[in-house]
Amino acid sequence: MRLSRHTYKTISSIAGQLIFVENVFSAKIGEMVKIIGPLEQKLDAEVLEIDGNIVLLQVFGNTHGLDIKNTRVIFSDSVLEVPLSKDMLGRIFTGSFYPRDLLPMFRGEKKMPISGFPINPAARARPSEFIETGLSAIDGMNTLVKGQKLPIFSCAGLPSREVAAFILEHARLSQSDKKFAVIFAALGVTYDEYSFYMDILNKLETEYMAVINLAEEPVIERLLAPRVALTAAEYLAFTEKMDVLTIITDMTNYCDALREVSTAREELPGRRGYPGYMYSDLAFLYERAGRIQNQEGSVTLLPILTMPEDDITHPIPDLTGYITEGQIVLSRQMHDTGVFPPIDVLPSLSRLMQKGIGEGRTRADHRNISNRLYRHYAEGRDLRKLEAIVGKEGMSKEDQNLLNFADAFEKEFINQQDKRRSIDETLDLSDALLQRFKLA
Amino acid sequence: MKGKIIKVSGPTVHTDLQGLKLYERVLVKGITGEAVRLLKNGAVIQVYEETSGLGIGDEVESLGQPLSVKLGPGMLSAMYDGLQRPLTTIAEESGAFIKRTEKTAYDVMKTKSEIIFYPIKKKGDTVKPGEIMGHAKENDYSFEIRNNSKNTSKITEISEKIIKENEPIAVLENGFSIMPHETLPVRTPRPVVEKLPAKEPLITGQRIVDFLFPLVKGGAAIIPGGFGTGKTILEQTIAKYADVDIVVYAGCGERGNEMAQLIEEFMSLKDPRTGESLMKRTVLVVNTSNMPVAAREASIYTAVTIAEYYRDNGLDVLLLADSISRWAEALREISTSLEEMPGEEGYPTYLASRLSAFLERAGAVKTASGKKGSLSMIISVSPPGGDFTEPVTQTLLRNTGVFLMLDTSLAHRRHFPAINWFHSYSLYSKIISEKFISEISPKWPVLKQRCVEILQREESLLEVAEIVGKAGMQENDKILLQSAERIRNEFLAQNAYSEDALCRPHKTIEIIEKILNDYDLKIKEAAVLQ
Ligand SMILES: Nc1ncnc2c1ncn2[C@@H]1O[C@H](COP(=O)(O)OP(=O)(O)OP(=O)(O)O)[C@@H](O)[C@H]1O
Ligand SMILES: [Mg+2]
Repeated sequence: MRLSRHTYKTISSIAGQLIFVENVFSAKIGEMVKIIGPLEQKLDAEVLEIDGNIVLLQVFGNTHGLDIKNTRVIFSDSVLEVPLSKDMLGRIFTGSFYPRDLLPMFRGEKKMPISGFPINPAARARPSEFIETGLSAIDGMNTLVKGQKLPIFSCAGLPSREVAAFILEHARLSQSDKKFAVIFAALGVTYDEYSFYMDILNKLETEYMAVINLAEEPVIERLLAPRVALTAAEYLAFTEKMDVLTIITDMTNYCDALREVSTAREELPGRRGYPGYMYSDLAFLYERAGRIQNQEGSVTLLPILTMPEDDITHPIPDLTGYITEGQIVLSRQMHDTGVFPPIDVLPSLSRLMQKGIGEGRTRADHRNISNRLYRHYAEGRDLRKLEAIVGKEGMSKEDQNLLNFADAFEKEFINQQDKRRSIDETLDLSDALLQRFKLA
Repeated sequence: MKGKIIKVSGPTVHTDLQGLKLYERVLVKGITGEAVRLLKNGAVIQVYEETSGLGIGDEVESLGQPLSVKLGPGMLSAMYDGLQRPLTTIAEESGAFIKRTEKTAYDVMKTKSEIIFYPIKKKGDTVKPGEIMGHAKENDYSFEIRNNSKNTSKITEISEKIIKENEPIAVLENGFSIMPHETLPVRTPRPVVEKLPAKEPLITGQRIVDFLFPLVKGGAAIIPGGFGTGKTILEQTIAKYADVDIVVYAGCGERGNEMAQLIEEFMSLKDPRTGESLMKRTVLVVNTSNMPVAAREASIYTAVTIAEYYRDNGLDVLLLADSISRWAEALREISTSLEEMPGEEGYPTYLASRLSAFLERAGAVKTASGKKGSLSMIISVSPPGGDFTEPVTQTLLRNTGVFLMLDTSLAHRRHFPAINWFHSYSLYSKIISEKFISEISPKWPVLKQRCVEILQREESLLEVAEIVGKAGMQENDKILLQSAERIRNEFLAQNAYSEDALCRPHKTIEIIEKILNDYDLKIKEAAVLQ
């Protein structure tokens, strides 16, 4: 144990966000370090590796202007922790949890390391309470429940931003008396996007906290931002007993940051240059969603990502899909026909839907209705291929009916522009649609 | 023996401690680790928890034995982590989140439910090493407790009693106390008296599996499939309904919520064979994706060693692992931090030999007391991008008898289980067809043949239909298409969330026979009309 803070001026090399310091006495993995540059600029860093008395540091923040001769390194003897309190709500922070809104930092009730701790699987409660997003394609067909992690897979140029905004504005719990909060994390966004989201957040009735990492800000903070957001979410959920909806966009920027940092550390690259541990790294984030037995509060997670080249087998959507409990897939074709939200329900799935719907949750007829919609729509979609070859006239009456149904389903059910629908409205609409086309 | 940390990087630690044995268990500042590489001046330790907070000079202590588990009565319905720490106890003691602890000794056996030791020897008897001292009864299963000392000696104390962890059930004259539990290393297979050929069918209750791609007791099957294709649901459904005595479920690098769901369901569901709660025949070994990666690597060995214990008590055991790909990734992460030469896709070159050594632990055996036991494995694989050409799937294909290929397009159409009927196979079909013929139905092989033929014919007809439309097809072909559709929807598909989740072999035969009879009838009718 060291008794006082140790200051060193023994940097041996600086490369990007990495600094080697020599002759360090008794550093600890994960220990927080302050770096003070030649112009007294202050940066945070973390101990990454220790080999004898040589320590490798990962620096957060911009390393421009640091030098070997005059830069000082101060070891703190403590791991990276953030202060937490309900006063976070209504505030906006940077990726490394500094106030972005120019207000003074709040006083924490307690401190927690941002990497969090795994929820003991024996202590988890099975998610089963319905969250109404107001979108029929989700509520009716791919129901979201409290404590679920359900990503949105988007493509470049699709309105994932607007979908996120819609959910931010309209998401509700079925029992409205519960304490509900939104945590919003934006990673690597442009200034334009930032102001877009700020407009939405400022209009919210729900309490919110935002963690914003701008595109021009250090890449490493993009890795911190979701951790900060989830640490705050866990605190609000499990200490303050709130139901917390966490939206993180865009996880593709996160993964690219991870790749960049990994390359800088000269780690062995895996598929498409992403590090081999990306599955575990993403799981450490996504698995923080959940509920706990005999406890109020929940963390529900909606990560949004962009599939590079519209490819769902790309490591980012692929690994995400392997960890999350389903996915909501946006489709370019749907978007091109003017449908909003452009959700393709066929590859979309909510794995926790089974427990979240039916009598006492949504409505007794929910399961039956959604199964029928899905089946007939899938058939109708299949028939479009045939239609392209033989033409509609050459098809049987039944097949024509299914084709018309598929069109109507997209235009009237999926498509809702900016109008919110309650679950009852969604189910009534479905019922009417099925009856109109006389589909059992 | 004690030493110090001289380097920390990733999940590995270098120590100056000398004289360790390879794979010996050590404590690094109280955290469990294993010596994975021995060096001239020390060793490299794989640490089973987050290394955060470790530093140069922290103490490394050798424990003189390899990574081991405790085996015996009291494990049923327990939930362990990859190192056999009791997760339920940990949740009770330290809350919902797993904080790093330096506590290494836990009671791992469930002794709250009374498990009684019934001696068959009495005071004054002379017992040889390995001789049975008596039996313990847990949930209707009987477990042998043997003289686990190395010498022959006389019994000075023995009596019928409630089993307590760390309390002997008997004492010998030479001072040796016989414990109800034994401790065995996880990375070495339990020695087997005799391996038997695997030829008893393992009935899963899943029609497509039992009928087209049957399993055997002592065999191994793999279920590869992209995300959301139904691996977990299939494994869990089989865990519920398979006709085995014991299920060991290894949740390896997967979701926490799935475990909550499994426990909730298994608590309330009844074992179709005994009428008792399903949990009473189940042991869970769980290392979810957010728990330490190195312990995930160890978890499948912990699970298989527990499974072998039941096998050696003359039981039919099914080990389910979900997913082996996450184990392979853990192996890769550790290998990378050891700076080993990477092989294909960055996996260490010993990936294949480790996997096949693991699969070798499946099999049917004759136990030391002459009973028959078996250990079957069903292993899910999560190939990146759903592409089966990757090393883990390919290695497993060479080492397992049943390949249940999950098909993303079937899953998108919500045809579950999404097992592709053309590409999947079972090498056990031949071995057990006689059993099926004599015990279930003599028509089994014929029906199977016809079913496959109709599906193949459907495939080629559908290609035609895509060009000319179904309307323009011949009557017989239309009938075939209808029947094939019925085979797919009413027979091959089986909803895990419905009553239909379990289908016994006789019923399976009944359903397919009905569909095929209807088909014949329609074809005949059509012939008459013409
Ligand atoms: N037999 C079945 N009956 C009904 N639905 C099923 C069945 N199998 C799978 N499903 C559906 O498919 C979803 C995904 O299944 P599952 O979780 O088993 O996929 P997986 O292959 O394990 O995916 P991952 O690799 O991401 O873990 C389930 O949530 C359920 O909706
Ligand atoms: Mg799964």
